[in-house]
Amino acid sequence: MKFGIIVFPGSNCDRDLAMVTEGILGQPTRMVWHQETDLSDLDVVVIPGGFSYGDYLRCGAIAQFSPALKSVLDHAQQGKLVLGVCNGFQVLTEVGLLPGALIRNRDLHFICDRVSLKVENNTLPWTQSYDSGEIITLPIAHGEGRYYADADTLKALEDNNQIVFRYEENPNGSLNNIAGIANKKGNVLGMMPHPERAADEMLGLTDGKKLFEGLLGAVVAAV
Amino acid sequence: MTHKYKAQIYVTLRPSVLDPAGVAVESGLHQLGYEGVEDVRIGKYIELSLTAASEAEASTQLDQMCDQLLANPVIENYCFELTEVAAAVG
Repeated sequence: MKFGIIVFPGSNCDRDLAMVTEGILGQPTRMVWHQETDLSDLDVVVIPGGFSYGDYLRCGAIAQFSPALKSVLDHAQQGKLVLGVCNGFQVLTEVGLLPGALIRNRDLHFICDRVSLKVENNTLPWTQSYDSGEIITLPIAHGEGRYYADADTLKALEDNNQIVFRYEENPNGSLNNIAGIANKKGNVLGMMPHPERAADEMLGLTDGKKLFEGLLGAVVAAV
Repeated sequence: MTHKYKAQIYVTLRPSVLDPAGVAVESGLHQLGYEGVEDVRIGKYIELSLTAASEAEASTQLDQMCDQLLANPVIENYCFELTEVAAAVG
């Protein structure tokens, strides 16, 4: 399974992700500079955390027009896997692959912490290694992670089982305690917590590793 | 013939979106003694110049710019004012 990690000016979690997909899981991984357009060799595209283009105007607002993102849209429309973590989640909402928006934390602080999350939907390629309702611990590190969507959108997310991760204790004012959502098809996942920072025992947390391992299982199952 | 316009664009959070920065500023104003202050909302102000064949065309372009980039319609509203600054530049 081949991973591609989009690198914008200002991305800062790109190498952490490669350390997991290539270093720990031994999967071919390449860094994709934001000017690149050919992603046809990739199975999974990951949009990393950071501050793409300085997060000028709004988080993720400028990144949505980068050449690589046009190809990410095609990749997603083909039903292939797209993961956005933190700033990557913000980019996915700005570009419209996921509904809603991520705005300033309720208490205005940048929050760097470990949080408990509930796995709400374990039927997706992303979460199939988790138990339904499993409580996991992942790091968060964001100033603008408060999920917002209008009432109709929230209802649709709930009805379609698109809420993948929910905070056990809401750190930032996210509506419905949302920490991560998928699109209707389930091939696009956006989440504020960082699974890539919780995949190496040396770092103390390993609950994020199963997310990447689940993907490998998905491909084996498909073959 | 084209005209040059100055646009003043105001981007504000939709009323349904909590604005914690606005709430903090409101409480600051109350502490200064301005007890009558309420509904503080913090937004963005953007200025730009553009050339267009007419004010209507400039207005259409600005609507598109706001919808595509300058504002996020999920959380924000926008409005703008157009002022002609120079005629017949082309």
